Amino acid sequence: MPTKLILRDKEFEVKSGMTLLSALNKIDVIPEAVIATRKGELILEDEILRDGDVIKLVAVISGG
Amino acid sequence: MKCRKCGGKATVNMRQHKLALCSQHYLEWVPEQTERFIKKYEMFSKNEKILVAVSGGKDSLSLWDILCRLGYQADGLYIGLGIDGGIGYSTESQRLTQRFASERGLTLHIVDMQRDYGHSIPVLAQATHRGKGKPCAVCGLSKRHEMNRIARDMGYDVLATGHNLDDEAAVLFSNTLSWSDYLLRQEPVLPSSDGLARKVKPLCRLYEKEMAAYALLRGIKYIYEECPFAEGSTTIYYKELLNQLENQRPGAKLSFYLKFLDAKQNGLFSPKDQLLSNLHTCPGCGQPTSAPGLCSFCRMMEKVGSPEV
Repeated sequence: MPTKLILRDKEFEVKSGMTLLSALNKIDVIPEAVIATRKGELILEDEILRDGDVIKLVAVISGG
Repeated sequence: MKCRKCGGKATVNMRQHKLALCSQHYLEWVPEQTERFIKKYEMFSKNEKILVAVSGGKDSLSLWDILCRLGYQADGLYIGLGIDGGIGYSTESQRLTQRFASERGLTLHIVDMQRDYGHSIPVLAQATHRGKGKPCAVCGLSKRHEMNRIARDMGYDVLATGHNLDDEAAVLFSNTLSWSDYLLRQEPVLPSSDGLARKVKPLCRLYEKEMAAYALLRGIKYIYEECPFAEGSTTIYYKELLNQLENQRPGAKLSFYLKFLDAKQNGLFSPKDQLLSNLHTCPGCGQPTSAPGLCSFCRMMEKVGSPEV
């Protein structure tokens, strides 16, 4: 079962077992631009993504 | 990754500081750092009245939260811009700001451009043809004018904004590309002068990502949607470029900004006492302006026929 990453209205699927950093690289998202949460908890780039995980990516850049 | 302070599971990692912290220690670290910068740059004291410009976004609401936690006398100012963009942007950001204030028993002043001046920001932009089809120039002008007016008229000692390090680095990058005069004015503190309130940026050394983490961990409900007019903006483009650099070289953004401040301190640019020379008083609103006659804001309002100015 893959891991799902959600950034605003976009959804991406990656293989489970990789780190969050690898997943962000794979979907071409710069780690500095997002905060990753799993079940409401913040997770770091060394976190291993598990089967069925849904990772919400909170965009941090604003244009103000 | 483990928290450097307690060895528990870290939730925030700041590569530029080689520092990882758990949620609890991170929520202590951010106000400590903010306090350090307030003192380092001599922004204000506990005896002074602070007006915090709040937009409903993560940075300004977090700043207000931090200042209150640190025991400062901080009231809020929200400026209703009348921007909808199909998502009720201004309505929602005002609702979140009012909720933040009422839940904490804080004083919030509200300026509403439509109510107080008869026109929303998009209408003003359209009527005055400023800003090449985007209302950002009119928005910035109006916000600066109103923030200063309220700070001055209501007797605040200082006006605080939620600009973070990414904001400052992006502006610095933009101004450096054009070697703009604005480089002379970019400081954590702009001292007060006749008619101009002191302006401070207590979050100027905290990364945008750090402020988002703070807001999330503190449970602050902020407007997540971007201003509809910010899409494709130059500021966002520069922030993305700088984040690419940061990704390869952790600390690059911070170093860019701090070395700029050092360079100014060491006399690379003109002395700042030249900056505010030759200011005139606007006959319409009484605020300082760079040329004789009405200031830009009053000229804009005159052009669109506002009865209030």
